[in-house]
Amino acid sequence: MDRPSAESASPAADRLRKGFASGLRFLKSFPADHNLRPATADSIVAGMATFAETRSALCVEGVCKSFGEVQVLTDIGFEVSSGEFVTLLGPSGCGKTTLLRILAGLELADRGRVMLDGREMTGIPANRRPVNTVFQNYALFPHLSVRENIAFGLRSRRFSESAVAERVGVALQILQMESLVGRYPHQLSGGQKQRVALARALVNEPELLLLDEPMSALDAKLRAEVQIELRRLQRRLGKTFILVTHDQDEAMTVSDRVLVMSDGRIVQSGTPAEVYERPVSRFVAEFLGSANLISGSRVNGHVETIHGPLSVSGSPGWSRGTLAIRPERIRVCSRRPGMNGVSARVREVIYRGDHMDLFVEPGALRVRTAPRADLRAGATIWLALEPEYLVPLSD
Amino acid sequence: MIESPEQRGESPIPEHGSGGGARRRGGGVSRLLIWYGELTTQRRLSLRGVAFILVPMAWLVGFLILPSAALVAVGFAERGAYGEIRWSFTLENFRRLLGFGLFDWSADYLWILGRSVWVALVTTVFAVVVSYPLAFFIASRPPRRRYLWLALVVIPFCTNMVIRTYAWMLLFSQHMPFARLAHLLGLIRAETSLYPSVWAVYVGMVSSFLPFATLPLYTSVERLDWSIVEAAEDLYASKRRIFFQAILPQTFPGLTVAVILTFIPAMGVFVVPDMLGGAKTMLVGNLIQQQFGASRDWPFGAAVSLALMVLTLAGLFWLRRRGEGAEWV
Repeated sequence: MDRPSAESASPAADRLRKGFASGLRFLKSFPADHNLRPATADSIVAGMATFAETRSALCVEGVCKSFGEVQVLTDIGFEVSSGEFVTLLGPSGCGKTTLLRILAGLELADRGRVMLDGREMTGIPANRRPVNTVFQNYALFPHLSVRENIAFGLRSRRFSESAVAERVGVALQILQMESLVGRYPHQLSGGQKQRVALARALVNEPELLLLDEPMSALDAKLRAEVQIELRRLQRRLGKTFILVTHDQDEAMTVSDRVLVMSDGRIVQSGTPAEVYERPVSRFVAEFLGSANLISGSRVNGHVETIHGPLSVSGSPGWSRGTLAIRPERIRVCSRRPGMNGVSARVREVIYRGDHMDLFVEPGALRVRTAPRADLRAGATIWLALEPEYLVPLSD
Repeated sequence: MIESPEQRGESPIPEHGSGGGARRRGGGVSRLLIWYGELTTQRRLSLRGVAFILVPMAWLVGFLILPSAALVAVGFAERGAYGEIRWSFTLENFRRLLGFGLFDWSADYLWILGRSVWVALVTTVFAVVVSYPLAFFIASRPPRRRYLWLALVVIPFCTNMVIRTYAWMLLFSQHMPFARLAHLLGLIRAETSLYPSVWAVYVGMVSSFLPFATLPLYTSVERLDWSIVEAAEDLYASKRRIFFQAILPQTFPGLTVAVILTFIPAMGVFVVPDMLGGAKTMLVGNLIQQQFGASRDWPFGAAVSLALMVLTLAGLFWLRRRGEGAEWV
């Protein structure tokens, strides 16, 4: 959106601004005629890809939202680059769905801005945003067949009958649903509904696809398959996806980057490995998988804990605080390890097939290890809490 | 009620293996419940089922099936010279309804039938058109206030229809503001009342049947799945398209019920057109009432009633067949 031009200070600045404005108009012209994208859309998108790399596809700044007294989102800001798969991960009630709705235009932010490909989107209603959503319960039109459900967005934008047929055909093919075209939503299984909802959104070639817990209605086994399928689809199409979920496995499986949310704030952002291996806070450590939290105080280069002094790679930013270590990162040794060795007694052993969970004393540590016959309750063992896996938390 | 072990011993309940121990503990009420809920044999259950539906069955036979049969019988009978029913089998009543009178063919009765269908249709359309936004209005109120609004819709309904129609007569009389306003707008001459007229009939009928349309529509609107509306919005639909593709189809079930519940009573009504419509707007309801009343021609009245029933049922079947076409309802 053009800003109202300020009083020109000098002719040079004026020229500069004009030049900038025309350049911007040129760039904007591609996504702006979204409705009339020519048949060679792919070539244009490919051409723009180099341009998109230098800039984020989505940029959210200082978004706040409250419902009545309740502050749902507080100063949310993040950027998503084009073709990235980002997950908003958090427990229910953390505001992730509200954030998604603000991106979709179904909800308006009280404050802050949403920019899409450099264009201001903040006040633009959902039906004029180049963004599509896969809703949590899929929200398929019950009175329309699969074909008409998928064609809905194209018909809204008055695509020609042949263009509708072609695009729907491609979408059906990509999602392998050709045999379902004539069915109605109530005749579909959960997985099929989900595919229709996905096709209905993707057929519009959105610049940004939003997915609101799209797998919560599927059973566990199907969910795991669909996650991988979704990941591959996103890679193939090269579109920007934003997924909302409370399932950390799902977030890990599908995303390039995870934004962990809690109480209306983004508490950590990073690749799945980063947020899992280097959690910044107790919340992140415990929400993503399980973690052993060891409190201690910093003495010289060590952290003094109930397990004795432990060396930590990098210095914690506190004098008293918490260290986190993942159960599977604790190594069980037969002899005293060279560094950060902890002597412990096995209190309980839980056999889980592919691994074993040990609960050890003192300190109620939880250790995950490969199944071993010699580890029984009462056994005394050595544990190695290696420095690179001991993560100092901020709280 | 506490019973002694001896009494319990004589329990009429046949003991079925292991369940017996638990059953012995109950008092009278729970024993009754056990008897009621115990799944014994298929035969016993079906006998019990028959016993349960006997009363409603008797009711239906006594007050629906027998009177309907009587109506059919009388519809094919003849009127005696003094208004008595002469039992015979004749199609004369139906011939007369179709216009083959004593003298010449006249479409009077067919006109009445046609007008009744028309008036009922217009009433239904008006009632639904008024109810639709009203239902949205009520459904969008905070829950507590919703019931207040619903009560306001229903309360006039608790008043007798005749009294309500009198109220309209008063409101439409020449010195009341409505008539004066109509005069100012040049719609009527000075010092005339707004009734009898077709419009007065419409107003009276719509007001009478409004709750029949509002309540089913309200339930439909209240259960509306708004995520579908949002999906339409997300898929670039205009306001118009959102309404026709995402909202209207969801309210079809309520709409169908509203139409049925308004149309059927509107077809049979006679009080309102009688009082607000005058002679020119005679409807089938008035015709029937006249036959059973002033004219003392029960056979013809029965025949007209039958025709009305057939017409209404045909309409219902048509509506249902259309409903079956849309499988998703």
